[in-house]
Amino acid sequence: MPINGRLLWAGLALLLFLPISLWVAVSWGSSGWVWLGLEGGGDERVLWSLRFPRAVAAWVTGALLAVSGCLMQVLLRNPLADPYILGLSGGASVFALIGLSLAGTLGIAWMPIPLLAFSGALFTMVTVFVLARGRGAWSSTRILLTGVVVAAGWGAVISLLLTLGPDASLRSMLFWMMGDLSYAQLSPLWLGVALLGLALIWLRARSLNVMAQGEVQAALLGESTQSRFWEVYIVASLLTGVAVSIAGAIGFVGLIVPHLMRLVVGADHRVLLPACAFFGGGFLVLADTLARTLLAPQQLPVGVLTAFIGVPLFLWLLNRAIRVQ
Amino acid sequence: MNHTSPMLELDCIDVSIGELTVVSQLSLAIEAHQFWGVLGKNGAGKTTLLKALAGLISLDAGSIRLMGETLGAVDRKVTAQRLGMLTQHTDYAFEATLEQTALMGRHPHLGPWERESAEDYAKVHQALDRLSLLPLKDRSCMDLSGGESRRLALATLLVQDPSVFVLDEPTNHLDPANQVSVLNVMGQHIRTQKKAGIMALHEVNLATCYCTHCLMLFGDGQWLAGPTETLLTTANLSRLYDCHIRLVDDGEQQVFAVGA
Repeated sequence: MPINGRLLWAGLALLLFLPISLWVAVSWGSSGWVWLGLEGGGDERVLWSLRFPRAVAAWVTGALLAVSGCLMQVLLRNPLADPYILGLSGGASVFALIGLSLAGTLGIAWMPIPLLAFSGALFTMVTVFVLARGRGAWSSTRILLTGVVVAAGWGAVISLLLTLGPDASLRSMLFWMMGDLSYAQLSPLWLGVALLGLALIWLRARSLNVMAQGEVQAALLGESTQSRFWEVYIVASLLTGVAVSIAGAIGFVGLIVPHLMRLVVGADHRVLLPACAFFGGGFLVLADTLARTLLAPQQLPVGVLTAFIGVPLFLWLLNRAIRVQ
Repeated sequence: MNHTSPMLELDCIDVSIGELTVVSQLSLAIEAHQFWGVLGKNGAGKTTLLKALAGLISLDAGSIRLMGETLGAVDRKVTAQRLGMLTQHTDYAFEATLEQTALMGRHPHLGPWERESAEDYAKVHQALDRLSLLPLKDRSCMDLSGGESRRLALATLLVQDPSVFVLDEPTNHLDPANQVSVLNVMGQHIRTQKKAGIMALHEVNLATCYCTHCLMLFGDGQWLAGPTETLLTTANLSRLYDCHIRLVDDGEQQVFAVGA
């Protein structure tokens, strides 16, 4: 591959984005900006122990969502696809909300919400897989329709749960559904899934380029399309499932970041997927920092922030695409 | 690879789609340097037959041997190194430059970890140049006209560099000058590079110019195959298209025309 100056600069900027975003996240809080290293002492240790794990969780979540969004877009050959389009966030939400309302009604203090959310996402993944597979042949239309209908079904269940849920849990239920990193914790589960995603990226990135051309084209270029598509589906679902279990259903990261990165680094997935991971991670760290500080001491759900940034950004991108054509 | 065997050999194949029998008991051998034309009315099953040859749909009976080995028994990737197909439509869902798009033709030749070499890029530039697309190489594939997009698909196929070319209406969306130049490129490639080709066509007079052999599909499973000059007669063509076709000769060129 010829050395491309623009790509090199973009890569460097994306790499630097990781430490910079983490540094901002640790330095900036409800009490204002703290110059790390200058003030020293116990306060700084508190900042590190409180803000750093949350920033790391935000980074991992953002990276997972962006990569998974990019994979879903290839899978469905639709640049409007996002990680939740096949109902994964709906399934995760339903399981998590059941947990939250049970905790509220029965007065149980501790509920494994992340675990419940992850099982909900897995359950949806298997359901859509089984329903869409049908007679065995894969097609993007079939899986899209199946997923969208399953998502609509979850939507109805969510409304029902919110209606029937105890008032005491409503607030935490809403927070969870909009995406919230306040209770995010580091977990070894991430590492396994992140490694799985990386393995796929490095092994299959060029295949993804071919798959983006459609199933017939991919088959003619030597891909065994059926198994490849299911492979991508399962990995994208697992990545989303983990992201949802960390922080709830944070919207727009998985939609916007792949779009932006395609403009910056191009359509080659060998470059695009790592770029999505780095930008998505840094983006969510900064969005979460804003969510903590904008109305401090009040904390906003980070999903509200990503939507406020994402909606105008997406409309701008869309407008730009129309102008180009 | 067995060098004495034909490049593509059909052995008593039956192909059907839905209720329509496209061909029954079709046997023929496509040798190196031969360029076959598939002719037939709309809906006679030209595309279906070509898809079957490319291994995209399964046969009802018979077998196809590609370079001496049964199609379907060989890994898809190996098949893609030997046989490439231009589909009737290409649509692009994502922005990519023409160069990147054509580069995907190298996919079956590379291992999973391998990156494209300078040689692969040279092949891309050469193919884009042959189809007069080189000046557009940094343009997005989403911003192409119908004809440019057709030529890009052909360039990608040349980059894939298979031995057998299966072309489904390669002249679709092309103006007359581009039809001739595209078929010149393909015809010359097949004549000089020990390749073989088979293409579906609507224009009989292009078949007489470029095809060494023709296959006629009558839409009910019946077929006729043979060298172009013996097969393309007014009688056969009139039967094929179900209308009166006559030969017009101005002393310089003979063309088939629909008679009044």
